[in-house]
Amino acid sequence: MSKASSGTLYRGHEGMWSWVGHRVTGVVIFLFLLVHVLDTSLVRVSPGAYDAVMSTYKNPLMALGETALVAAIVFHAFNGLRLILVDFWKSGTKYHRQMLWGVLALWVITMVAFSIRHLSIAFGGH
Amino acid sequence: MSADIAAPRSQRLDPKYVRARKSRGSFEMIAWLFMRLSGVALIVLIFGHLFANLMLGEGITGINFGFVAGKWADPVWMFWDLAMLWLAMLHGTNGVRTIINDYAEKPVTRVWLKGILYVATIVIVVLGTLVIFTFDPCIPGSTLSVCQ
Ligand code: HEM
Ligand code: HEM
Repeated sequence: MSKASSGTLYRGHEGMWSWVGHRVTGVVIFLFLLVHVLDTSLVRVSPGAYDAVMSTYKNPLMALGETALVAAIVFHAFNGLRLILVDFWKSGTKYHRQMLWGVLALWVITMVAFSIRHLSIAFGGH
Repeated sequence: MSADIAAPRSQRLDPKYVRARKSRGSFEMIAWLFMRLSGVALIVLIFGHLFANLMLGEGITGINFGFVAGKWADPVWMFWDLAMLWLAMLHGTNGVRTIINDYAEKPVTRVWLKGILYVATIVIVVLGTLVIFTFDPCIPGSTLSVCQ
């Protein structure tokens, strides 16, 4: 490949980083989901067991972890939508880079709104 | 002397150039399409789940046994969670399968990793489905309104 290569649709530059980000967030969400179904299954053990585990999700440190998880999901979801548009929309390949900036902008807006609500509940000291 | 050059894909090629006839073409095609269709559905399902559980009411501090009982008293949320469970698990499993194919080069490693993946998927999907449908909010002494 020539040194002056400007990358392709999938490799190099923004395309490469968004691809790595999509892959990493996908795996993180999958691992969370395995644990999440196990912790939800405690409702079949006893209400006390479920409530005990849920109470560990309510401390401020975990709230930061939940925010990070939601950040991963929101990025994966919006970027996934971009990949779908690249594949199915006839001008998708032409605008894939602009759409990536759109993904990042939407991601920031969603996360600011989410964090304000979620962190003020979690740190609000009920 | 005239060289006889067969057209590509005419199957009149020197055997050493003929690709394996066993084709996984249509399976991979369906998997590719499924990733996109399930992705669109999952946006609605997961964003709705997160909004209902973390943004509305008391958010994370309101989640306990009674909260789950309240949601699963409504069949809409039961099927919401069921669809989310199945679609997210199949989408995630297929995604991780792709990643294993990309990074695990030795056939034995691939077989083992995928075996572990599929067993984990089946266990979680079966467990999650049973939990939704066998859920019983009425423990002895319950004060929940659905149990009165
Ligand atoms: C929120 C909605 C979601 C959307 C729109 C979405 C979309 C996508 C798309 C379009 C792909 C690319 C498939 C391909 O390259 O053929 C993908 C890959 C993937 N997704 Fe999702 N997804 C979503 C949710 C999830 C969830 C909940 C999980 C985990 C349980 C997940 C895990 C993965 C994994 C592991 C990959 C493979 C990544 C790779 O091959 O690099 N996704 N997703
Ligand atoms: C920190 C964020 C999250 C919280 C606090 C949370 C909370 C809950 C709660 C309270 C339930 C019980 C039933 C209900 O409310 O509908 C539940 C079930 C469920 N959640 Fe989440 N959730 C979170 C994130 C996620 C994500 C990201 C996914 C998908 C990838 C997900 C998938 C599910 C599924 C499939 C069930 C049903 C489990 C079963 O069948 O036993 N959740 N969650």
